[in-house]
Amino acid sequence: MTERIVRVAAGQGFWGDWLEAPVRQVQDGPIDYLMMDYLAEVTMSIMQKQKSRDPKFGYARDFVPLMERILPAIAAKGIKVTSNAGGVNPRACAEAVREVARKLGLSGKVRIALVSGDDILPRLDDLLARGHDLRDMDTGRPLSDIRDRVLSANAYLGMAPIVEALRRGAQVVITGRVTDTGLTLGPLFHEFGWNPDDWDRVAAGTVAGHIIECGAQSSGGNLLRDWRKVKGLANPGFPIVEARADGSFLVTKHPGTGGVVNLASVTEQLVYEMGDPHSYITPDGVADFTSIQLAQAGKDRVRVSGIRGGPRTDKLKVSIAYFYGYKAVGTLVYSWPEAYDKARAADRILRQRLKDLGLEFEQILTEFVGVDATHGPLSGPPDPEAPEVQLRIGVRGKDKAAVERFTREIAPLVLTGPPSVTGFAGGRPEVQEVVAYWPALIDRTEIEPQVRVEVLDA
Amino acid sequence: MPRIQLRWLAHARSGDKGDTANVGLIALDPAWYPLLVKQVTRARVARHFRGMVKGVDRFELPNLKALNFLLHGALDGGGTISLKTDAQGKVYSTALLRMEIEVPPAIARTVPRPRGG
Repeated sequence: MTERIVRVAAGQGFWGDWLEAPVRQVQDGPIDYLMMDYLAEVTMSIMQKQKSRDPKFGYARDFVPLMERILPAIAAKGIKVTSNAGGVNPRACAEAVREVARKLGLSGKVRIALVSGDDILPRLDDLLARGHDLRDMDTGRPLSDIRDRVLSANAYLGMAPIVEALRRGAQVVITGRVTDTGLTLGPLFHEFGWNPDDWDRVAAGTVAGHIIECGAQSSGGNLLRDWRKVKGLANPGFPIVEARADGSFLVTKHPGTGGVVNLASVTEQLVYEMGDPHSYITPDGVADFTSIQLAQAGKDRVRVSGIRGGPRTDKLKVSIAYFYGYKAVGTLVYSWPEAYDKARAADRILRQRLKDLGLEFEQILTEFVGVDATHGPLSGPPDPEAPEVQLRIGVRGKDKAAVERFTREIAPLVLTGPPSVTGFAGGRPEVQEVVAYWPALIDRTEIEPQVRVEVLDA
Repeated sequence: MPRIQLRWLAHARSGDKGDTANVGLIALDPAWYPLLVKQVTRARVARHFRGMVKGVDRFELPNLKALNFLLHGALDGGGTISLKTDAQGKVYSTALLRMEIEVPPAIARTVPRPRGG
């Protein structure tokens, strides 16, 4: 008897990823699960803002038309979906998917689960009053410093509610702030019946989740090594994990798709956003990335094994977003000859005008695109014959009026500053509200009793 | 001893956590990993990025023939606060590949690179 394999496929690596990817994953070959990660650090605050304008919103709305495209195939093939597309409103998201299922004639054929309990915004004052400081993990400041500016607050949940939803027969599991890796761990623990305190299995599933959570970034997208040799990126194959009961797994992609799965593509993804590799902490356990063994096991197949882990901690991470201030960024393009010198002169003139107007900012940042915007002082000497240089200047501050006035000081430079300037077709730069991120920790026991899994029948 | 830019010895990817950028530096040939461990030290990376970062940590991943660097205070506040083009530190990876290290001649001969690279 051949060993049982569970296939978890990545469909979206972030909110805004390639919309064809999940469709291809469902159509182009066998998969058991489609996992779609939508949430980044500040995504929740954007969703909170949308929900405050309309209580029907607050989730990744792309998810619904996407489900409309793939639900018939998913229902026919028995593929299950795990996604944190629910954002700050998993219920509205689940109900919208249910509507779509009914419209497609799938009533009674698709069970949709929604996971809630991660949103602690309504409980924040109670938690603070009971002595939870929710200090910024980076700066140590207590949350009370910015309490009146908090826009969203969500605890990171692990795999447990996903495992429960699957056990109760859900085919589509929609969550709020569940970790990216939990979306892969949940299916593996459900399918293999692993014990949640089998820390090596937790670590293995966590590494599997980390490898596929950014979509094609582990299968040839954004791959630096031999990038010219990566073929077929017009139709990139998103990564698929083929997991076994012993905790080892293969990373692969559907045959006939573009991109590549090799040691380089998987290793680059493993080190992406890495902190201390000995302890990659999730709500479900702690993975040791220095234990990972990789081996090429055929074309576009990388075997991953040997992963060790340690017990979960008694804290959960909380992602808090708060209103910080305002910013704006303006650009102008200066042409040869002496493009860089002209751009620098324009920067000096603009800064003098801001000063003369008495405008104060927390930060004014100038970059010269084509000269030093990405590598700063490491960029080397500017090319005196550069065909063009883009002046990019940004300001940030608490005073909206000052930032607003800055946006009106860019265009005048076209007729009152250095010559050979263009590239102002976009008009005045926009004043943007800055929403900042505040990471904190909270006792697990404050969150887990509040987590709810509800199953809706379409 | 010949000096070779890291771009011919390693590949890299970077990401962010708050105001910290990370750079994972991966040997292009496993045989060159000990050289990276010896030469691409925390102190040398801090010097390379002076004026751009406030502190550096280094971790070794011999299993992946990789080093992981944390570049603290590298992102003008990071995330949504930052005014930088590279607010999320996506290309700090390639900025590290600009660094030059000393390579023993016996190894230098085996490193494919253009003349003068």
